[in-house]
Amino acid sequence: METTNWVPLFPEQASTFAWQVDSLYFYLVAVSIAFTIPIVLAIFIFAMKYRAKEKYGSGAEIHGSMVLETTWSIIPFIVSMTIFLGGAIVFFNQYTPPENGMTVYVVGKQWMWKLQHETGQREINELHVPVGRNIKLIMTTEDVIHDFGLPEFRTKADIVPGRYTYLWFQATKPGKYHLFCQEYCGLNHSGMGGWVYVMEQKDFDAWLSGNASGQTPVEMGKDLFENKLGCASCHAGGPQQRGAKLEGLYMSTVHLTGGGTVVADDNYIRNSIENPASQVVEGYQPIMPTFKGQVTEEQLNALVAYVKSLTPGAPTSSSSAGSAAPSPAANTAGAAAGAANSMAPPKADRGKRTAPGSNPNTPANSNR
Amino acid sequence: MNAQEATAATSYGGGIPRINYLNAKTTLASWLLTKDHKRIAIMYLISVSVFFLIGGTFAATIRLELLTPASDLLETGTYNKVFTEHGIMMIFFFLIPSIPAVLGNFLIPIMIGAKDLALPRINLVSLYIYWIAGALALYGLMVGGVDTGWTFYTPYSTTFSNTYVEIVGIAIFINGFSSILTGLNFIVTIHTMRAPGMTWFRLPLFVWGHYAVSLVMVLGTPVIAITLLLVAIERFARVGIFDPAIGGDPILFQHLFWFYSHPAVYIMVLPGMGVVSELISNFSRKKIFGYEFIAFSSIAIAVFGFLVWGHHLFVSGQSPYAGMVFSFLTMVVAVPSAIKMFNWTATMYKGSIHFDTPMLYGLGFMGLFLIGGLTGLFLGALGLDVHLTDTYFVVAHFHYVMVGGQVVAYLGGLHYWWPKMTGRMYSEFWGKVSAMLVFVGFNLTFFPQFLLGYQGMPRRYAAYPPEFQVLNIFSTAGASVLGIGMLMPVIYFLHSLWWGKEAGDNPWLLPGLEWRTSSPPPTENFLTPPIVTWEPYEFGEGSGLELEAERRREAERAAV
Repeated sequence: METTNWVPLFPEQASTFAWQVDSLYFYLVAVSIAFTIPIVLAIFIFAMKYRAKEKYGSGAEIHGSMVLETTWSIIPFIVSMTIFLGGAIVFFNQYTPPENGMTVYVVGKQWMWKLQHETGQREINELHVPVGRNIKLIMTTEDVIHDFGLPEFRTKADIVPGRYTYLWFQATKPGKYHLFCQEYCGLNHSGMGGWVYVMEQKDFDAWLSGNASGQTPVEMGKDLFENKLGCASCHAGGPQQRGAKLEGLYMSTVHLTGGGTVVADDNYIRNSIENPASQVVEGYQPIMPTFKGQVTEEQLNALVAYVKSLTPGAPTSSSSAGSAAPSPAANTAGAAAGAANSMAPPKADRGKRTAPGSNPNTPANSNR
Repeated sequence: MNAQEATAATSYGGGIPRINYLNAKTTLASWLLTKDHKRIAIMYLISVSVFFLIGGTFAATIRLELLTPASDLLETGTYNKVFTEHGIMMIFFFLIPSIPAVLGNFLIPIMIGAKDLALPRINLVSLYIYWIAGALALYGLMVGGVDTGWTFYTPYSTTFSNTYVEIVGIAIFINGFSSILTGLNFIVTIHTMRAPGMTWFRLPLFVWGHYAVSLVMVLGTPVIAITLLLVAIERFARVGIFDPAIGGDPILFQHLFWFYSHPAVYIMVLPGMGVVSELISNFSRKKIFGYEFIAFSSIAIAVFGFLVWGHHLFVSGQSPYAGMVFSFLTMVVAVPSAIKMFNWTATMYKGSIHFDTPMLYGLGFMGLFLIGGLTGLFLGALGLDVHLTDTYFVVAHFHYVMVGGQVVAYLGGLHYWWPKMTGRMYSEFWGKVSAMLVFVGFNLTFFPQFLLGYQGMPRRYAAYPPEFQVLNIFSTAGASVLGIGMLMPVIYFLHSLWWGKEAGDNPWLLPGLEWRTSSPPPTENFLTPPIVTWEPYEFGEGSGLELEAERRREAERAAV
């Protein structure tokens, strides 16, 4: 799909769905031309041919035509439905994150981007990714709404305070691509940009090892959970524990006090840390204090990543496949191994347990 | 009015009547306390023109800043305020009142054969509300302005912006009541004040357009008013409504905001479509093609316009399933707009087309609205919108609809009814030059922005990557042509007030009711209440106007 590089004034196609967006664009350009030419031509011909021959002379007595009206109601309707369908299909591809792939955490902040790979590397205003791999971004913001916009990848998503939003892409060729904040965020909005560097896998591995530092989000979350925040005093310890059980929690259906159920997705876990009283699990006392304001967005990301790692087979977590308690050894094998682990097929019953539509941003079904 | 004045005002066929609505009383109080819809319309005309000039100055500043990639003319903070104020002034204080409050106010009673609007005092109240709101918005501008964008997205507007959000928000809240009262007044007037014989299907399409828009004003405006009040309350009292840090929901704001602001787009374009229906039909001197279809397409746009607000939220975290529903409905609303386009084109078929200035503006509208409407399909298509939203493609699209649509229609309407409003004719030559400059300048300004948008240039950027500069230079060059084209009417309209030749009652020999009274009309519009016996846009014998005899007289006059 490299046929469109000659088109002037046209951004590069650098993701797997870029050609789909461009095809849709060309289809719409074609539709526009197909409507514009006859209308403009008709206006010109009528303007020439029926130009007043006599000042204040009257035109012909024509009132209308049912046949014509029906025709030019139905044809635009059919055409617009094809546009709707094309748009919906492409949209579905853009906004259905694949089950496997590498996760990068993104925190927006006036006016910079803070990113962290699941192997622990941190970046500011830059994102390094390997070519040909699914990259899933889990994004939130410390302050106002931002938008992670990648024109060469033909995708973007708003980042909303107080919740997670997601974006995914698979880059198709190495290069340096624009990253723009595309939702107005105040004073230095136009300076809140950066670059995405797409690299061959071996270059990416070299980059990773050159930058290896710190803990992975899961390790950091485990540390917070067990030592710094003391979550483990209630949420670990077996049958006697006071807090709800977290093992196997991710993407399961939780029954709440006072009726109702909710699917325990990322946003649920996050909300339970920030506003524990809002969704109390059936059978437990509302004794958990709020951690709002006590943990940073990065720490929240880490905690959510850790809680997810307690569920075997949970996607997007590098070290979780198959082991309830992540061992540091799983990470030393490097990113490639981590990714290979997370490519383990999802459990067969996941599609059933996930109520479709409960949260729009979670992968509702396991097909991709 | 006594008998002597009555005779003076019936000089049918030529000359300015000695007594008319403009000179019936001349004191300042007679203007400020008037209940005459025509005088109120003139005061609106002056007021919206002031706001248009302010908004236009901001637009010029924006284009100058964007001439170079760096933010060198303005600091980014100033630039943010400038584009915000440009949007607020243009949308809330110019575009929304422009056609309804000026042309609608002046013409609806005359077109339906009434003496005035049904609620003349309410009409005056709505003008005063508009003035108070406008003064408050200008005060907010003087003390420091706002930098939230005209969309006031939360939590930026409620928690993070240190600018005068409360003042401007409350100004827009107050201004909403002006819209609501105007809409209410139009609905009541059109229902109850039609002259004998003026059935619903004899109403000019201009009136149908205003009926549709009034419904939207009455049903939609309260939502934006209360939403901006909530923003102000959250800022004052820190009540958690929209800011998640204190328990609110920022997406809720977007739903509430666009629930009004998308229909507001139709508030801004439906009256323009009404004007263009008049222009195309009257200057082709032919019945409009598919009258009922144009009339009902206005109503359909007004109704469906309320169901598509979610297409502004495709990438904002709204459920993809909701996105699909809104995309579908957006595609549906394209159909009535297409119907109008086709009917206007068909109206010209076998017409007797006169290319006077208003018709040039009307044709300009068709060209620009065609592009504006079609590019709306690009943005309504989900997968494509993900790439295009928040880029210059959106900026170009809505300027094609708002400026290419509403402003061009407004200018066309002003040129068309200027002789009726003032009794004077402007320079036809300069009118045509202005219409051409606006069309060319507009396309040069905004077409390059479609290309910029597809390349990914984000909107609301004070500084941009250098590869976008060439197209931005085109755009700024076009803006200067557009600016000149739009300033010219100010000069020749003012000139015509003193030195323009007298227009006569019916300068173009047209059949509409407004052309059957004097120019300018007397205070009560018609000396004898009209009885309507003809179909709309009737150029044949049925019009009761003896157009044939008029034409002969016109030819004799031309021969002399």
